Amino acid sequence: MNKQRMADLVVIGGGPAGLAAAIEARRHGVRDILLLERDRELGGILPQCIHNGFGLHLFKKELTGPEYAECFIDELKDLNIEYKLDTMVLRIHKNRIIEAVSPNEGYFRVQARAVILAMGCRERTRGALLIPGSRPAGIFTAGTAQRLVNIEGSPVGKKAVILGSGDIGLIMARRLTLEGANVEAVVEMMPYPGGLNRNIVQCLHDFEIPLLLSHTVVNVYGRDRLTGVEIARVDQNQKVIPGTRQSIECDTMLLSVGLIPENELSVQCGIELDPTTQGPVVDEHMQTSIDGIFACGNVVHVHDLVDYVTEESRKAGRSAAAYIEHKTKTCELRIKTVPGKSIRYIVPHYVNWDQSDQDLEFFFRSRDVHDRASLVVNLDGKLIKTIRRRHLVPGEMQHIKLKRKMLPICSKQSTLSISIL
Amino acid sequence: MRLFYWRMKPMYDIAIIGGGITGCFLARQLCRYALKTVLIEKNTDVADETTKANSGIIHSGYDACPGTLKAKLNRLGNPMFDAICRDLGVPFQRIGSLTLALSEEEIPVLQQLYERGQANEIGGLSLLSAEAVRKTEPRIHSRVKAALLAKTAGIVDPFGLAIALAENAADNGTDIRLNSRVVGIRRENDGYVLTTPSGWIKARYVVNCGGVFAGEINELLSPARFRIRPVKGEYIVFDKQVGDLVRHVVFQCPSEKGKGVLVTPTVHGNLMVGPNSQDVEDKEDVSTTRSGLDEILATAGNSVETIPLPLAITGFSGLRASADTGDFVIEELSGYRGFINAAGIDSPGLTASPAIAELVIDLLKSGGLKLTPNPAFDPIRKPIVNVVNLSEEEKSELIRKDPRYGRIICRCESITEGEIVEAIRRRVGARSVDGVKRRVRAGMGRCQGGFCGPRVLEILARELHVSRCQVVKDRGASYLLSEQ
Ligand SMILES: Cc1cc2nc3c(=O)[nH]c(=O)nc-3n(C[C@H](O)[C@H](O)[C@H](O)COP(=O)(O)OP(=O)(O)OC[C@H]3O[C@@H](n4cnc5c(N)ncnc54)[C@H](O)[C@@H]3O)c2cc1C
Ligand SMILES: Cc1cc2nc3c(=O)[nH]c(=O)nc-3n(C[C@H](O)[C@H](O)[C@H](O)COP(=O)(O)OP(=O)(O)OC[C@H]3O[C@@H](n4cnc5c(N)ncnc54)[C@H](O)[C@@H]3O)c2cc1C
Repeated sequence: MNKQRMADLVVIGGGPAGLAAAIEARRHGVRDILLLERDRELGGILPQCIHNGFGLHLFKKELTGPEYAECFIDELKDLNIEYKLDTMVLRIHKNRIIEAVSPNEGYFRVQARAVILAMGCRERTRGALLIPGSRPAGIFTAGTAQRLVNIEGSPVGKKAVILGSGDIGLIMARRLTLEGANVEAVVEMMPYPGGLNRNIVQCLHDFEIPLLLSHTVVNVYGRDRLTGVEIARVDQNQKVIPGTRQSIECDTMLLSVGLIPENELSVQCGIELDPTTQGPVVDEHMQTSIDGIFACGNVVHVHDLVDYVTEESRKAGRSAAAYIEHKTKTCELRIKTVPGKSIRYIVPHYVNWDQSDQDLEFFFRSRDVHDRASLVVNLDGKLIKTIRRRHLVPGEMQHIKLKRKMLPICSKQSTLSISIL
Repeated sequence: MRLFYWRMKPMYDIAIIGGGITGCFLARQLCRYALKTVLIEKNTDVADETTKANSGIIHSGYDACPGTLKAKLNRLGNPMFDAICRDLGVPFQRIGSLTLALSEEEIPVLQQLYERGQANEIGGLSLLSAEAVRKTEPRIHSRVKAALLAKTAGIVDPFGLAIALAENAADNGTDIRLNSRVVGIRRENDGYVLTTPSGWIKARYVVNCGGVFAGEINELLSPARFRIRPVKGEYIVFDKQVGDLVRHVVFQCPSEKGKGVLVTPTVHGNLMVGPNSQDVEDKEDVSTTRSGLDEILATAGNSVETIPLPLAITGFSGLRASADTGDFVIEELSGYRGFINAAGIDSPGLTASPAIAELVIDLLKSGGLKLTPNPAFDPIRKPIVNVVNLSEEEKSELIRKDPRYGRIICRCESITEGEIVEAIRRRVGARSVDGVKRRVRAGMGRCQGGFCGPRVLEILARELHVSRCQVVKDRGASYLLSEQ
């Protein structure tokens, strides 16, 4: 009783990445598209982001998360792209057979000609940080709390400490304050904040919420519900400085300590991952190490701004369309990108050699904070471009554009590096 | 007043205090006889104290001091697991254990352990050379000089087992009273009256399986001849990605601090390291400590080449109920006929638990309890379905009958709404988010409930007909949401 159907393109995940990729693929002529989403609605993380700040770059106006998602959901529907909700993809095979399950259709398989991975990411938890102490109720990841507060309308607590200054934590500091809770502090282990500067200003400064840099939570108290946390200052090596411990009473702790691309399916399928981004290794077409499987959005690397997710995903959509039409140019000669001095990672990981005049875009993050920095691009050790940047922080993803013709291929082992000087 | 509870309360043959593995095993094994039994537990769920926080190892038994109850009951308990786990649908794997000599000096220690094993009549022991160890365990530390292999050691899900036992006992007619702390015990002419906040319970025989609180329970009646000291052990659990780092339970040579830090796969495919051994004052303190976690990581680093720290998913700790007598205390309380202590059940208490139950039944019998077989006893408990492990046809069939088995709620462990509902609706069902987690593993994976937490909360509220603000994480007032 095996159910198996065919599709030209299967998109896994209905967040901004999956939506944009599916729409773009349709616009480039792909007819038979199927988008699978495990949640009860489309939009990914966006429906719970009811704050402003989406689309500045792409639409030149400030939308809320749900508004931004709506633009794409409407378009998806207008284009009659088939999607299934409440449908979880369980497995992807190398030959592009997808196994999925849903309450309505049960267990089924789809044989796709191309696949786009757009599964987004998940949050790091307390367990991953091994924060010692008791394990009471009242400790949430910031995104879970955001969902509870914004979607389910359930207040999570009255007095909160936020560990980590990632964007979701900053947004939730403001949200909880507006909900009438007291946010005692945002505690950040690093000497600089993890989130966007605009969120520091709009979510903390404007509400007089203290940001304690170079601090961390060292103990958790409370038997049933959280009653308090102990925090301490840390040195450059993130070691606790003796004599700096202090207790803060609270009934809630939110964690905003990093996002991890959701790649269980990719790993199972044998797709190569970058150990730094924890997302698939991709080329400039967003194709993964497996032919015909593409990836985009937070599943590849964690983005700060949804606009870039959308752009990247359109690229994946176009590439999948070209692949289905047998028009993709992958080639023997590839240039590998290598993070140079003070660069944490670069996406894409490879560029195929090709004579088109299309621009190439590279996304990367710095390892630390730099003022008045020079970005230096080298091809096989030879300088090909220098770009000045006023300010570089790990919390803000950077990108640069290069012209194809700047990359005359040299050898099979050619490398392109970006460094900060 | 007296007359009142005489008439109102049912008279049980046996009251078991404490729903850990000791109490649950006893309750289940007593179902073989025509008896009226009640299991009384102070928490919202069974298996919510030491039984949920230990190494889950079914020890081979070479380690206990010959001649002790621990040695004897370990030897008797170990072989009973295969059949019982099969009947109850609980995962149990006899993967064997390796005890490592980390230096030349420890090689003679292995020899002594081997001989102790012979004295304890333990089969399946052999000494392995360093090369032989590395062959079966490639990730083992290069400093390892030799190892003692114990083939009969196994791993089990300790809380899953206790829950299954309680459920099977309830299916066979045992009353399970949760949220009922025994706060007073009085002797009556033909038995005992136990006071709980939810009323009196009368029973002819009482068995004290109170774990770290067994001393306090004994003292509700008379001074105890033993004292229980809580000894904390901390653990770290790692992602399933590294669940195959080792294939055996890997011990180090025991020291005065106990069996030492082990590295082991769990029955669910995770990797676990721990425990340390720390005396504590507070019998409810199951917090972890920085120093404790650092200690187990450092020590475990002597057994295997690398501990995959970035893949840690959680830490926890449990309390050993160590009696100052140094052995299990399983006996009738002197001067109190029909009141039996099963106290000081620290390691290897889980391994010994089926044999402890048999020993207690013998004590009850010699105390005059009549044991007539219960013809209706059904030893089989069907496990909650695990949808991911079904064949495609079975999945389709199940989802067609009940679409909730097609809705995945916990994405890390692929647990469906159908399974969660089953965990709540069964006898001795889940009443908390952690209760769901202990039954079907929703929230036990790498995201630790980040994704499924709000959904499990919603399902619990719906199934239990309470508001979402009343849903608890685990015990007492561990409310997840705050009132509007
Ligand atoms: C709290 C928060 C605040 C933010 N604020 C801003 C902001 O102010 N401005 C801005 O520009 N950007 C913001 N962002 C960033 C932006 O929203 C994200 O980068 C973007 O949502 C990522 O899109 P995605 O589609 O890759 O992932 P997601 O939105 O996470 O979508 C992934 C989808 O895939 C589905 N999925 C995963 N696995 C499976 C499977 N196996 N089967 C089926 N479906 C699956 C998931 O259910 C989900 O719907 C914010 C993000 C967060 C979390
Ligand atoms: C760190 C550690 C590692 C261990 N590793 C292993 C191992 O690998 N192998 C092994 O064989 N053993 C091991 N053990 C030992 C094993 O876990 C215990 O022996 C076993 O779980 C004890 O079960 P129990 O039922 O006696 O106690 P518990 O599980 O503590 O149960 C006692 C119950 O009594 C209830 N209770 C207490 N007071 C009252 C009251 N007044 N009224 C009502 N109810 C009450 C409690 O709430 C509790 O549920 C380990 C122990 C620890 C701490």
